[in-house]
Amino acid sequence: MRKLSEIKKSFLASIWFMFLTFPIMVIRVNPIEKVVEWRWRNMVFVGVGSFILSFVWRYMIRQKESGLKKNRADDRHKTPFIQRVREERRLFIPLIAVLSVLGVSFPFIFSAYQVNIMTTALMYVVLGLGLNIVVGLAGLLDLGYVAFYAVGAYTYGLLNHHFGLGFWAVLPAGAFMGALFGILLGFPVLRLRGDYLAIVTLGFGEIIRLVLENWNDFSFGPSGIANIDRPSFFGAQLSLQNATVYIYFLMIAIALFTVFVVNRLQNSRIGRAWVALREDEIACEAMGIDKTKTKLSAFALGATWAGMMGVLFAAKTTFINPASFTFLESAIILSIVVLGGMGSITGVIIGAFVLILLPEYLRAFSEYRMLLFGAILVIMMVFRPQGIISNVRRTYKFAGINISGEQSK
Amino acid sequence: MEYFIQLFLGGLTRGSIYALIALGYTMVYGIIELINFAHGEIYTIGAFTALITASVLTLYGFNEISILILASLVAVIYSSAYGFTIEKIAYKPLRHAPRLSPLISAIGMSVFLQNYVLLAQTSDFLPFPGLVPEFQFMKKYEHIFSSTELMIFLTTSVVMIILTLVIKFTKIGKAMRATAQDRKMAMLVGVDVNRIVSITFIIGSALAAIGGVLIASHIGQINFYIGFIAGIKAFTAAVLGGIGSIPGAVLGGFILGWTESFATGYVSSDYEDVFAFALLVLILIFRPAGILGKSKAQKV
Amino acid sequence: MKPVMEIKKLTVDFGGLRAVDHLDLDVKEREILALIGPNGAGKTTLFNCITGIYAPSEGSVFISPPGGGTGTINGLTPNIITRKGITRTFQNIRLFPNMTVLENVMIGRHCRTRARIAGAVFRGKATEREEKATVEHSYHILEKIGISQYVNEFAGNLPYGAQRLLEIARALATEPFLLLLDEPAAGMNPQETGVLDALISKIRDEENIAILLIEHDMRLVMSISDRIAVMDYGKKIAEGTPEEIRNNPVVIKAYLGEEFVA
Ligand SMILES: Nc1ncnc2c1ncn2[C@@H]1O[C@H](COP(=O)(O)OP(=O)(O)OP(=O)(O)O)[C@@H](O)[C@H]1O
Ligand SMILES: [Mg+2]
Repeated sequence: MRKLSEIKKSFLASIWFMFLTFPIMVIRVNPIEKVVEWRWRNMVFVGVGSFILSFVWRYMIRQKESGLKKNRADDRHKTPFIQRVREERRLFIPLIAVLSVLGVSFPFIFSAYQVNIMTTALMYVVLGLGLNIVVGLAGLLDLGYVAFYAVGAYTYGLLNHHFGLGFWAVLPAGAFMGALFGILLGFPVLRLRGDYLAIVTLGFGEIIRLVLENWNDFSFGPSGIANIDRPSFFGAQLSLQNATVYIYFLMIAIALFTVFVVNRLQNSRIGRAWVALREDEIACEAMGIDKTKTKLSAFALGATWAGMMGVLFAAKTTFINPASFTFLESAIILSIVVLGGMGSITGVIIGAFVLILLPEYLRAFSEYRMLLFGAILVIMMVFRPQGIISNVRRTYKFAGINISGEQSK
Repeated sequence: MEYFIQLFLGGLTRGSIYALIALGYTMVYGIIELINFAHGEIYTIGAFTALITASVLTLYGFNEISILILASLVAVIYSSAYGFTIEKIAYKPLRHAPRLSPLISAIGMSVFLQNYVLLAQTSDFLPFPGLVPEFQFMKKYEHIFSSTELMIFLTTSVVMIILTLVIKFTKIGKAMRATAQDRKMAMLVGVDVNRIVSITFIIGSALAAIGGVLIASHIGQINFYIGFIAGIKAFTAAVLGGIGSIPGAVLGGFILGWTESFATGYVSSDYEDVFAFALLVLILIFRPAGILGKSKAQKV
Repeated sequence: MKPVMEIKKLTVDFGGLRAVDHLDLDVKEREILALIGPNGAGKTTLFNCITGIYAPSEGSVFISPPGGGTGTINGLTPNIITRKGITRTFQNIRLFPNMTVLENVMIGRHCRTRARIAGAVFRGKATEREEKATVEHSYHILEKIGISQYVNEFAGNLPYGAQRLLEIARALATEPFLLLLDEPAAGMNPQETGVLDALISKIRDEENIAILLIEHDMRLVMSISDRIAVMDYGKKIAEGTPEEIRNNPVVIKAYLGEEFVA
């Protein structure tokens, strides 16, 4: 009986979506040649697809609801897999060893093309970790993150173009400019409520991009800046091949550095204040935390990382223009953080690799990349807002008592 | 002087479109406190649906007026259906989630729909037929105020008056106002909140579709991205007037329309979008409650 | 005994509603002062005003902390007021649910510690020492409050009573001279209330702080208060020892209505 009604529901959903997608998916007009193309095949896809997905959707909603009813504590008692791996030295050390060997040998085994992709993925890891400070830890939804990335990239592009300054000289400058912009933009807006903050940062991001696009004398407009120098190796210029490998290792170093810094911040006085702010702003202030200062520090620190990565991006691609810094780029980085798990370092790393490498290696995906990113944001929010790896907080051991999960039932 | 009048009327046209889309933002925000980020995409879908319908009808030799009416009707129906569905999928399961969750979901929906239109249709600009006929009596003023512009202004005025009447006097309108004021109380006195939310999305989406059709036939071309920019601008208008307030959205729409029109006319047309964004940023910094909005102290 | 806080003619308006109306109230050193009154009397609003969450439309709050730093706290932000030594708990529990119990208390230590970003990253001697002290101090508070068995649990997973106690622990971590408790016994069973009763007295005795307590549970109020103030419609309608309040016809009228007054 229940089965029948389930089928009926899915059937109705299927009809509904066939109706919904009919004009846009089925008909395509060419207004110039005045021909209409009917793509009935798409309707079949939609029909079958939504019939099946409708079952999955309802199943997952039910799972979620029954999960909510169950004792939430129960769920949290299970130590998450990743944390188990980290605590279990027998697992953790070999895992790190394997990853290091893989990481070091990667550019010597694979082609320059593959190395480039891997470098890109690592850049997104770092961008994700940077945004994670702002969104994941401090709970400030920053939709203009890419603006700081642009600031870094143009800092290098312009300084290199006009004064011939090299990568290493500008890297700290880029980070500094990111921080500066973070503070300048953050200061007036950080007292706004969460959703307004999101929109304002989006507005700022777009303003910066539009200015770069239109202020030709300053930024060379839409045509951008070309022939930016690659990073030099102790003053020596490298061949393209070597430079690729060099940037790859550079990226690994930066990624490790970032993980180190974020990990330390996360369990520090400031990091705890960020999380508390995310959890409850009013209680946070009532406990003596300066809301504005704390928000600003998270915002500026996130921007610092974006600025730094901007410099690296300019040095890697040797060409920048405003088109690289659209809102969609911010949305990609946000998807990484949301998929991985807000506040979780391991989660963000996994999120970045999945979202950047998957479309690269599965060609079929690449066209649907942004579609996928959008869907991920929705699906994660609906079914697993904590991300694939939920935020793990540090536990402390005290002499005299045994503090483990069991005893606090 | 003529230039001024031209800019003034241009701003009026733009403004009324912004107002039309802003109403969708404001109504949804008033009821579930969500910035429906995907609202702009509803407008894109309205425009595309109208274009597709109009093209097909032209092919079958329908006459101009019936094309205008049918295309608008189909656009309204489809946009409403999309609005309704989006709410059910992306927002309803998040009714009790922390505030930022539905917003992130909405951003995801917006990105998804944008790329859905892009993939299913095209990334190029498509020419949009001028659906509005040239009125004979407008010939004299053609250079400052076209027939389409007149049509836009008239349609939006009529639609807004109808909307105001609906909200003021019908049972659904009253239920909407009650829900906006206090969702829990409304539920207790027997308002079906889910239904009201759905209706709000449907009305807002229908308005966006009308806006989409009008602006598309005014500008003469569309692509998958138009809704994103228009959406943010309309949101600016909603915030400007005071989000949650219906007259506020209309007022905000006109102010934004004029700001843009005069700024591009007298300052620089390169920075057209910058003016809108700058206005958004300034209003949120200096008067986040908007012109007609009231700031509420949060209960602790 | 000299007062640590003097409230003068304090008034809070919400549009047309006057939630607190020209209220005068002194809290003396080391006393437990209970604030009672029917629902909606304006008690929580008074707390919000003292702690800087709402701004008063009239009147002032003057503090004279034992450690010095007398002055008015009008117009200061909540975090500064906490730093000056007034902390509160919330009627509707406001913990940080996705942080551990220990971390919740450590947040209370924030305003008494200094490590900054650079310190957190380089983790020098001073930072290490401070962090260790924070952990130990926080744990010590948990032990004193009697919820140390939960240290590493997420605050959101604690039983209701324990959450209320954690709010007190977190507030104590800020080292206040005046603690404001907003209905700490709400939702507790009689046994838990008994524990709380002893705990509040113990805190006053051991920490040497003054406590201003909003509470509806009259048994608790009568047993631990040195003095009681009664609010109704934003006004203070009575003040005195528990004995005086118990027999005050105005109070009985406010609570039970006209006909009960003999
Ligand atoms: N932010 C606010 N905006 C508008 N009115 C408010 C606000 N906060 C409180 N009020 C109103 O002020 C009055 C006093 O409320 P308050 O919460 O201070 O009462 P209370 O004495 O704490 O009651 P209870 O014992 O129920 O907690 C109530 O009528 C309440 O509705
Ligand atoms: Mg209260």
